[in-house]
Amino acid sequence: MLAIESLNKNFGALQVSKDISLSVAPGQCHAVIGPNGAGKTTLIHQISGVLRQDSGRVLLGGRDVSHLSVWERVQAGLGRTFQITSVLPTFSVLENVATAVQAKTGSSMRFFTSAAGEATLNEQAQAILSRVGLSDRADRPAADLSHGELRLLEIAIALAGSPKLLLLDEPMAGLGKTESAVLIDLLNELRSSFPMLLVEHDMDAVFQLADEVSVLVDGKIVARGTPSEVRENPQARAAYLGEGA
Amino acid sequence: MSLTLFLILCLNGLQYGLLLFLIAAGLTLVFGVMGFINLAHGVQYMVGAYLIFAFTALTGNFWIALLLSLITALLIGLILEYVVFRRLYARSHLDQVLATFGIIIFLNELAKVLFGPATLSIDTPELLSGSIQLTEQLRYPVYRLATIGVGLVVAVGLFLTISYTRTGMLIRAGSTTPEMVSALGVNIKQLFQIVFGVGAMLAGFAGVIAAPIFAIEPGMGDNILIIAFVVIIIGGVGSIGGAFVAAILVGLIDTLGRSLMTEFLGLLFNASMANQIGPALASMLIYILMAAILVFRPKGLLPAKGVA
Amino acid sequence: MMDRGALIGGMIFALLLAMPVLLPILGAGYLTGLLIKAMLLAIAAISLDLIIGHGGMVSLGHAAFIGVGAYATAIGLESGIEEILLLLVITLAVTGGIALITGMLALRTSGVYFLMITLAFGQMIYFTLTSLAAYGGDDGLTLWSLATLFGSDIVQEGEGLYFFVLAALFLSWFSVWRISQSRFGRVLRAARDNPQRAEVMGYPIVRYQLIAYVIAACIAGVSGLLLVQYAEFVSPSIAAWQRSGDLIVAVVLGGLGSRNGAILGAFFIVIMEEFLSSIFHEWRLIYGPLLVILVLYAKGGLNDLIHPKSREAS
Repeated sequence: MLAIESLNKNFGALQVSKDISLSVAPGQCHAVIGPNGAGKTTLIHQISGVLRQDSGRVLLGGRDVSHLSVWERVQAGLGRTFQITSVLPTFSVLENVATAVQAKTGSSMRFFTSAAGEATLNEQAQAILSRVGLSDRADRPAADLSHGELRLLEIAIALAGSPKLLLLDEPMAGLGKTESAVLIDLLNELRSSFPMLLVEHDMDAVFQLADEVSVLVDGKIVARGTPSEVRENPQARAAYLGEGA
Repeated sequence: MSLTLFLILCLNGLQYGLLLFLIAAGLTLVFGVMGFINLAHGVQYMVGAYLIFAFTALTGNFWIALLLSLITALLIGLILEYVVFRRLYARSHLDQVLATFGIIIFLNELAKVLFGPATLSIDTPELLSGSIQLTEQLRYPVYRLATIGVGLVVAVGLFLTISYTRTGMLIRAGSTTPEMVSALGVNIKQLFQIVFGVGAMLAGFAGVIAAPIFAIEPGMGDNILIIAFVVIIIGGVGSIGGAFVAAILVGLIDTLGRSLMTEFLGLLFNASMANQIGPALASMLIYILMAAILVFRPKGLLPAKGVA
Repeated sequence: MMDRGALIGGMIFALLLAMPVLLPILGAGYLTGLLIKAMLLAIAAISLDLIIGHGGMVSLGHAAFIGVGAYATAIGLESGIEEILLLLVITLAVTGGIALITGMLALRTSGVYFLMITLAFGQMIYFTLTSLAAYGGDDGLTLWSLATLFGSDIVQEGEGLYFFVLAALFLSWFSVWRISQSRFGRVLRAARDNPQRAEVMGYPIVRYQLIAYVIAACIAGVSGLLLVQYAEFVSPSIAAWQRSGDLIVAVVLGGLGSRNGAILGAFFIVIMEEFLSSIFHEWRLIYGPLLVILVLYAKGGLNDLIHPKSREAS
């Protein structure tokens, strides 16, 4: 679903992405782990279109999206969540999702009919909310949600774009044990229909979710394999010494 | 057009540019360090002009009046900071715009009430009156040369302060990563006060030295404030070096454009056509420059690093 | 409670509709002019609220579009075009075109840059108007002929003009409300709330912001057209940046992004100015500090007093 082909990126003399290649197959969850400063954020920016790669390609569902802008990549099927939760705080929970559904359903250049009254948008949004377990929160302003609920809402927003790939940027960040467990269950359920690229610090989550793990150190992928292979890999262990994982 | 006229225009443009720099410097620092958009910065310029007028009338001596004006301008800036502005730093830009707009309305009206709506003027100080022979054909007023000199000295002083002193280092750090500065345990309130006071004083000083050249009138700060905004957009918000380059550029382009545009268009069109569109186009020049900068270098000519 | 906004709006318009009958009975017929002035300011304020309240784009150059609309109309009249609908088309084309160009440039940036750039472009338009020597320059231009509606002079003065302005106010109010609730408006509000999120929902947000900016400018232009018709005079001062400041005050006082706020705010300003200036010539000495105090101590301004649950767009 996603294929990254030898991505390179420099900031001045600093090489932040060195020949990175990876792919996510349908039904698969691919995790990228690595210490702080390894270049994970830069990689995410290049996939989502915030930054342009110096060389290499990003393919989404076989289509080269390397030169598309952020919103075009979303339209092309990239759903993403943010490390720091990012929702529309003054919108209701339902309207957050409905706004995302709207982007995929007909033109948004409609100026006179009420969007909140569009049954199709609301029904689809409701369905997604019940899928992530937020339906009882639908009418609350998003600003009222707890941190764990915001994480779920972000995933709902990403799902609303019926993405070909979910790009999850540290979805576990800041969550307590029970909240993490809820989210891991949800992601496990979703991944058969939505392939995932998971960038995560929480090793427990990675080992529970990932089919394949890539270890990113100094902008370079130093190891790749199943979670248990990576756990045994000396290079990966070395990279994580002192990382507390 | 003669070379002499061209030189005079360049000197006038340089002088106008330096005046703009004195105003833009405070504006850009206050915005860069505090993220505070101060529309009332222009009235500080007006306040400076009225202060020198009042103190000259009172003391009869330009130099004593100059000193008193600077001190008063600084005090007024500090009082405004203490009473109003420091409550606005954490507010939205919209709140800042509204409150500082209120201050402009008040001070402009106050000037009208105290000094009347008519334009006022003061004489150039005796020591600097007269003009000197620069070249065979070029005589130039000493006072204008002196303002150029003083403007350059202030610019260099400001640049050195920001580059080499501890306060300057904090100002630079504050304009890129304000969290870090407060994390270092620096008294950020005091830093803000210093920056604000100095900015207000510089704008007041610009008003003081402009007073013998331009008309003193209520609202005189409003237009120059907007030009100062144009300057900091062109130079890059928060950047002193950018403000300097942009101020000189704007000063030169505006002055030369206003004098030469009609003549220049006269070469292309007939005279009446040139007279029609010349002045309009001349007044648009600096905005066209700003638009071009926005297209080609949206962050300005010399952006301060890290300012969004 | 859903339609309290519509109810208050309906009351406002019913009252305005009744005014030409009510005022003469109360012996206050001279207030009709004041009401027209307030309605014209309200039209411009409503349009500004579309971009500030719903779009989160603080423009400090909005009055310039009133000026552009007024001058497009005045120059049209001077050139012998008298049909008001044709003048309307000209006004919309000219203001829309200028807004499209300045908006494209201003929207390359956001936040405080946007504010400064709109201020600068507004000032550029103001100075351009002052240098139109053939149309009065600094001093402005008195119009000797006014616009007609299908050849009839009904929209030139008195009740005909009053109801024409009222109709324009209603249309602006109704359109901006509908737009804010539409799919387009929803994207615009999403971009205000969180531009990054809106983009990652798949929206090219600048496109939406630009369209909103152009729509707002066009409505302000219409206010300029009507201003010429009412005042029979046009001068660059209507485009001065202080007028843009007044518009912002009206929008904020009334409540950002609220249904009737811009109308209430505009009426409040016009009436207060009339009242304060009649008892105290230097009324700005009160008005200025009043603004400061409102911002500092009644966060959210009058908006908080009228609608306590409002929020702030920053």
